[in-house]
Amino acid sequence: MNTSPARRSIEMTHQQLPPPALEVRNLSILFPAEGGTFHALRDLTFSVQPQEFVCILGPSGSGKSTLLRVLAGLLPPSAGEIRYADGKPPRIGYVFQQANLMPWRTAIENITLPLELQGIPRAQARQQAQELIELIGLKGFEEVFPRDLSGGMAQRVAIARALIQDPDLLLLDEPFGSLDALTRERMGSELLHLWQVRRKTVLMVTHSISEALLLSDRVLVLTPRPGRLALDFRVPLPRPRSDEMRYTAAFGKLSRRLKAAIG
Amino acid sequence: MEISIPNLNNLKPPLGGEAGVSAWLRRLRLFITPISLLLALLIWEGLVRIAQLPAFILPSPGRVASRFWQALTDGTLLRHTSTTLLEITLGLLAGTLLATVIGYLIAKSPLFEHLLAPYLVASQAIPIVAIAPLLVIWFGPGIFTKVLICALIVFFPVLVNTVVGLRAVPQELRALMRSLRATPWQNLKYLEIPAALPVFLGGLRVGATLSVIGAVIGELVAADRGLGFLINVGRGQYDTALVFVAVFTLVTLALLLYGVVILLERRMLAWQSEPYKRNGHKILD
Repeated sequence: MNTSPARRSIEMTHQQLPPPALEVRNLSILFPAEGGTFHALRDLTFSVQPQEFVCILGPSGSGKSTLLRVLAGLLPPSAGEIRYADGKPPRIGYVFQQANLMPWRTAIENITLPLELQGIPRAQARQQAQELIELIGLKGFEEVFPRDLSGGMAQRVAIARALIQDPDLLLLDEPFGSLDALTRERMGSELLHLWQVRRKTVLMVTHSISEALLLSDRVLVLTPRPGRLALDFRVPLPRPRSDEMRYTAAFGKLSRRLKAAIG
Repeated sequence: MEISIPNLNNLKPPLGGEAGVSAWLRRLRLFITPISLLLALLIWEGLVRIAQLPAFILPSPGRVASRFWQALTDGTLLRHTSTTLLEITLGLLAGTLLATVIGYLIAKSPLFEHLLAPYLVASQAIPIVAIAPLLVIWFGPGIFTKVLICALIVFFPVLVNTVVGLRAVPQELRALMRSLRATPWQNLKYLEIPAALPVFLGGLRVGATLSVIGAVIGELVAADRGLGFLINVGRGQYDTALVFVAVFTLVTLALLLYGVVILLERRMLAWQSEPYKRNGHKILD
């Protein structure tokens, strides 16, 4: 695992940054539409540092999910540039709005899928998955099929599936959007814990201001359609963070500022 | 730790209440099929006795049974059944194979679909009975023609279900596979085949019973062996009991094939029907 707290603290205090894990320059996405084109994203420029947790916040229809899909290589960019740290496309872990599990595979088989696609022997893949299963608190549910998992459990399996191949870039597209409020809050805390154990470069789309503040180092706020960068906000909350921070005055103030920025 | 919430759709109704009634119903369900068969036999026997029908119009069940025993012991039945079974099996295999390959190409390429659509629709508009004599003229009265007729009749339902099954693969799972950089071959193996399997097997179930019909049609047109031929022989000799024997054997064949496909479904689609099978896990405890 890529856990190097020392490097992180340097990153936090100095401006001398390592080369970015991801650099997006003048990215525009256009879709053909009735009577012309539909501008989903316009002239977006930002970069993400290695092991940085960045949230993308914005009103519905500001092209947040489109952005993730382009970064994952699922859609081609219309204009602009996407650059990755070592020049080649990174290994990507993608978490969708719905758990998006294969119903014919058990929980553990869903988690091992990325490894099987890489040709790693099944026994070895299962062993690696077992560690993750314990980390996400699903021990005992390895052999259960997705239809017998609750929404929160299914989404945890999806997160484990995204993590198992040790991705260079973790893309989370409103991963808790389909969960109830209580489960959502708990999943947010669990993700925070998970990220503090396994540092990854993360880009997460969310609608929740408190989720963004609790989890991320930076919040990118997008404007309504077409999505442009309205604000690049560094979250000044110290690490390591905990669930309790949600209820502090500083947290409330930051929430209000972000809320105002979204408009 | 999250409280595990079992999926309510998979639970049996709670115990108590009407448990006694449902136990009685369950026992009845077990016996209802034999009872219905027995009843049909009784009505048949009664009809023969009351109306005093001659045996060449409607033989009694007892007469059919003894004819069956005779055909079985002198080897006639086995010989003709094995011929028909061979035709059915080969036809089913060939038809399914072809339908799967072409179905895959159609699902993948709209161009291919437009290219083939008129012929596929035409092949369905013409009843197989109408072209069976033509096929006999072209390919002779041998086994090949029967296999061909079987394959033709099996082809369409399997093709349609292959296409429908493949088109129903969720787009989000396709996106997942792309984000994991799956190769086309991996896409087929890990996503498309398992996702399309339930619908595909539904088509195979229909195809399996249809292939029995295909074989008999071929044999009725021109043959010197097979259960269809046996029906022709029985009819020619006013041996109506023999016709009944052949028909019942055909029904049994169709049921057996159907059963094989059902078994296949149970094995391959365990994830749909048996939630806790793998390890006997119960989420509710």
